[in-house]
Amino acid sequence: MCVAVPVEIVKIDGTEAWVNFGGVQKMVSIALVEDVKVGDYVLLHAGCAVSRLDRKEAEKTLELFKAYTMMQKE
Amino acid sequence: MKYLTEFRDPALTKTLIQKIEKKAIQEVIIMEVCGTHTMSIFKSGLRGLLPPQVRLISGPGCPVCVTPQSYIDTAIQLTERQDVILTAFGDMLRVPGTEGSLMAQKSKGRDVRMVYSPMDAVQLALDNPHKEVVFLAVGFETTAPAIALSVDQAKKADIHNYSILQSIKTMPNTMEALVVEEDIQIHGFLCPGHVSAVIGVKPYRFLSEKYGLPAVIAGFESLDILMGIYHILDMMDKKDYKVVNEYTRLVSEEGNLKALEMITKIFEVTASVWRGLGSIEGTGLKLKQEYENYDTVKKLGIQMASEQPVKGCICGEILKGKACPLDCRLFSTACTPENPVGACMVSEEGTCAAYYKYGEFRD
Ligand code: SF4
Repeated sequence: MCVAVPVEIVKIDGTEAWVNFGGVQKMVSIALVEDVKVGDYVLLHAGCAVSRLDRKEAEKTLELFKAYTMMQKE
Repeated sequence: MKYLTEFRDPALTKTLIQKIEKKAIQEVIIMEVCGTHTMSIFKSGLRGLLPPQVRLISGPGCPVCVTPQSYIDTAIQLTERQDVILTAFGDMLRVPGTEGSLMAQKSKGRDVRMVYSPMDAVQLALDNPHKEVVFLAVGFETTAPAIALSVDQAKKADIHNYSILQSIKTMPNTMEALVVEEDIQIHGFLCPGHVSAVIGVKPYRFLSEKYGLPAVIAGFESLDILMGIYHILDMMDKKDYKVVNEYTRLVSEEGNLKALEMITKIFEVTASVWRGLGSIEGTGLKLKQEYENYDTVKKLGIQMASEQPVKGCICGEILKGKACPLDCRLFSTACTPENPVGACMVSEEGTCAAYYKYGEFRD
């Protein structure tokens, strides 16, 4: 039950938003996350967005993984 | 979706495993606290790929599994009342009580409804003004914001027929309770990523500062988990213990301030009763006095049922990482996901259910 999933914001209506949830659109609360825009990914849990996915950080982590595994090969 | 498959890259996975193999010179016991980690470790087959010196043990991070028997019994008793609509997350319906389950109550015609969100329960209260809509408020800091929000919304909308049966739990203090328990050996922690999205990094600092334990806040894809394990081994190797945040794409240092504000507006810290572990100080959340009208127990003047141990079930030991499901005599014989005896077999994130589903019992 504790599973939280990243979902894409499709439309915003005040503190609520429509998200793309495995192909279906669903209305969720975005009352507890700052500055979300259409196209952002949020972490959704129990009908409530609890965090916003930071794309820059995601890229950085991926770069870091690559860097770590490169070190190995040398 | 984006930023999911990239974190499962097979080539990177392979090299990371090789790096872990090199680092793992002695036996290391790492606890993954979160049920979603447990599930993801099994699903991706990581257990089979890691060197045998790296032992992963599952902790008490599945909310369904840690909910005490007495709580389920109380919920079942509530369904016998004509004036109550009982609402809960789907998994809760299957947890066996001392007698029956909420699912069984539902098939007997009692008004039990599965909801996806506590906000749906508030809506039900609005639609059924002559009934008391009770929501089974279980979960950790990931779920607490949504529950707090539902109480806040109910109060703002002047809804008086909504209440919660409280059993919300918090992570860091629970981890500390495990660390101080003498006969439990843990060398490092994989901290729960989604709980951390809400609470941030700081609440875990005591692990390294007070107990000299390495900890990594990790995401749920295979690379996230492997990187977490690698960091733990590396810190142990260098004897430089910290709390590393690997999941920066969703977890910030401070956490989600808005969500935390909502939690502290509605709740305060309290002791909480855990299945098989009893009551642990400081590991739960309860409604603040101003919101007491939303507490089912106070509002309906009921008593919580008494705790009945489940015969033969060793869930409590498993939640502490002291035993594994294979040590339970009922595992895969009397206790299966179709016919669970204990709560650890109910939810997908439960350790027993994960062992069963991914065939660990075959060897
Ligand atoms: S296998 Fe079933 S009875 Fe045994 S510990 Fe797990 S949940 Fe309890």
